[in-house]
Amino acid sequence: MNPERPLTKNIQPGGGPLAIDEYEKRGGYEALRKALKMSPQQVQEEIKASNLRGRGGAGFPTGAKWGFVPMGDDAPRPKYFLVNADEMEPGAFKDRFLLEGDPHQMLEGAIICAYAIQADIAYIFLRWAYKLAGKRLRRAIAEAYEKKYLGKNILGSGYSLELDLHVSAGRYICGEETALLNAMEGRRPVPRSKPPFPQVSGLWGRPAVVNSVETVCNIPHIIKNGADWFKGLSLSNDCGTKLYGVSGRVKKPGVWELPMGVTIRELIEEHAGGMQEGHSFRGVIPGGASTDFLVKEHLDVKMDFDSVQKAGSRLGTGTMIILDDKTCPVGMVHNLEKFFARESCGWCTPCREGIPWIKKVLEAIENGHGETGDIELLEHHCRLLGPGNTFCAFAPGAVEPLQSALKFFREDFERHIREKRCSYR
Amino acid sequence: MLTEEERKEIQNELKRHSHKQAACVEALKIVQRHRGWVSDEIKDISEFLEMTTDELDGVATFYNQIFLKPVGKHVIRICDGVSCWVTGHGPVLEHLKVSLGINEGETTPDGQFTLLPVSCLGACDRAPAMMIDDELYGDLTAGKIDEILERYK
Repeated sequence: MNPERPLTKNIQPGGGPLAIDEYEKRGGYEALRKALKMSPQQVQEEIKASNLRGRGGAGFPTGAKWGFVPMGDDAPRPKYFLVNADEMEPGAFKDRFLLEGDPHQMLEGAIICAYAIQADIAYIFLRWAYKLAGKRLRRAIAEAYEKKYLGKNILGSGYSLELDLHVSAGRYICGEETALLNAMEGRRPVPRSKPPFPQVSGLWGRPAVVNSVETVCNIPHIIKNGADWFKGLSLSNDCGTKLYGVSGRVKKPGVWELPMGVTIRELIEEHAGGMQEGHSFRGVIPGGASTDFLVKEHLDVKMDFDSVQKAGSRLGTGTMIILDDKTCPVGMVHNLEKFFARESCGWCTPCREGIPWIKKVLEAIENGHGETGDIELLEHHCRLLGPGNTFCAFAPGAVEPLQSALKFFREDFERHIREKRCSYR
Repeated sequence: MLTEEERKEIQNELKRHSHKQAACVEALKIVQRHRGWVSDEIKDISEFLEMTTDELDGVATFYNQIFLKPVGKHVIRICDGVSCWVTGHGPVLEHLKVSLGINEGETTPDGQFTLLPVSCLGACDRAPAMMIDDELYGDLTAGKIDEILERYK
């Protein structure tokens, strides 16, 4: 197995992040120096050639996303680059590791991304709960300004960039690209309709690109080592390494950087140390709260975008949550839908009304008040809230764990309704 | 009425933005930092930001960490995200409720603690987790909770 761990090589578990001098000593900001000698187009081409797919959950090719930004002297100004550090998906906790552990890596990446689209202003959109990350980022930003990696005429290249930190006040939908833009403008952060796409008309009607933390952290390494090197890191068709996480009743919950394409089994058994004593594996949500359950027969599925999709779920954030045999699947799905009902922004009716309805039905089933026909009612909601019926991808994501639970753990739902109780309690 | 200090801090914040409205979340946070919560002062803040009161209210009511009702001296946010739920959120929450003598959403009669549910703290590898003010606590057990609460009394 390829031992390279570019994203986490500077992270010292339990210790603080590298200050800028130390980061530079280990080769930090060399990629930025190299990028500034390339044309923005060349930087974009290198990222396109690397096949880097966005690590925020959707897996859209990063180079292609940048390719929609108007370039040249006639392009509307100012242009914006935004780092999405609003990681709020239940079960996802990988970006915290990168933000706390190596803030300069993310900054260097953000500056290169901004250069590639010739942005004038960059923002880091940080979730409210990441207090330590915020503190470390503020320090790193000040250091980068001091060393002229930010500000006017960066390293004498003629390129200028201002970068600021925006700390959010807590709402899951802010992680959605267009809701994030509304949040930045000081509006109620509901999603916007597309088109126009943000790359053309984003923040304040100007071009804007939003990339997630892990995506941005990959950029310096690709620029420094090249697209072919990046492809060689992976075990599958999706390139690079990936930050994977495991939580639930496993012996060693955590997050690890591994080649893209390791199997679910390897993650659970080797890295997370297997299940806790007295608990056995029953299912897994592979990529955060809004992905479909997979079960025992899927343990050898590779954790990459295409393989997980082929198995009937999504790689999402790559941070999996385990369902064990002592945990009620109906209760777990109820917990998930309670989250989605609470966090629905309410902008479109199917989501605002449909998800709380689902939550109520699940609550009733879990508490022994389920009725014949409830399962069919839930399936009906899964169809109505599925792709294409709502304003954004929130509701389709919300019904993913439910629709798969109805498939794999149907007998649990039926038993709850038949016996009028939860047998796990 | 906004205090002189609050006005000054908001003014400072405005300098960082090309559009005044963009500073509104930060302005709400400034008032909350001084008072613990945001009351009818919303009207004063909105004039400052050249927004209507309704516009600002629409923002303030959207975020779950802007408090529009008074909270206690310490805010306990107990994570009910899925990883915490699977690994023991239930018993931890019960213990908190009994120790404090309140339900979620309530403040203790002495004004010391407010207990709020929160949608995932991003500490899933340390589940179950909670946050008191700005401090994160993971791998919680009932026993650990008593010890932690003591530090805030």
